[in-house]
Amino acid sequence: MANSTTEKAKAAPPETISIMSVVAPALGWLIPGAGHMIQKRWIRGLLLFISVVALFLLGLAMQGRIYKANGGDILDMLGFVGDVGAGALYIITLAMDWGQGAIAFATADYGTKFMIVAGLLNFIAVADAYHIAIGKKQ
Amino acid sequence: MNIVLNHFSAAFVFALFASIVFGITHRETTRDMVMYGLRCFAYFLGGVILAGWAMWILKR
Repeated sequence: MANSTTEKAKAAPPETISIMSVVAPALGWLIPGAGHMIQKRWIRGLLLFISVVALFLLGLAMQGRIYKANGGDILDMLGFVGDVGAGALYIITLAMDWGQGAIAFATADYGTKFMIVAGLLNFIAVADAYHIAIGKKQ
Repeated sequence: MNIVLNHFSAAFVFALFASIVFGITHRETTRDMVMYGLRCFAYFLGGVILAGWAMWILKR
């Protein structure tokens, strides 16, 4: 009688770690949508780029605040995790000292949330780029 | 540059871009991506309108 674990191992295709499965997510994190574009998913990559960048820039223009890795309040740390997902956008914003807006009106807080969500959406896009790279998705 | 969006405009923009990303990342074929994106967009905006009416009712 065959061992069921052995049969499952034979049935499942082995996941190969290719260069693309490392490069695509890394590039996708740095430049939103680039993980798809490097795998010739041009339209998907372009739409992801427009969506994440537009949401992030709108957040900045709405006087949203950018979080830093200060390790203080737990909510600040969660905000940082969201923001850092935007990759180069986050790095440039920090370098240029943007995103320091004081919340002077009600919708300015939406700007802060827009930037966090842009980063989180980019994390989803990065995972999708990885799935394409390993052949789990077309 | 300073942009001031009202609550509905902010919700609309958020729903639009989030739905595009959800559609692309959560489905396999182009048709499924479009349909799922549209459904997410409708749920987002429908949720906003429902929540708005619920708050209006609670306030009275």
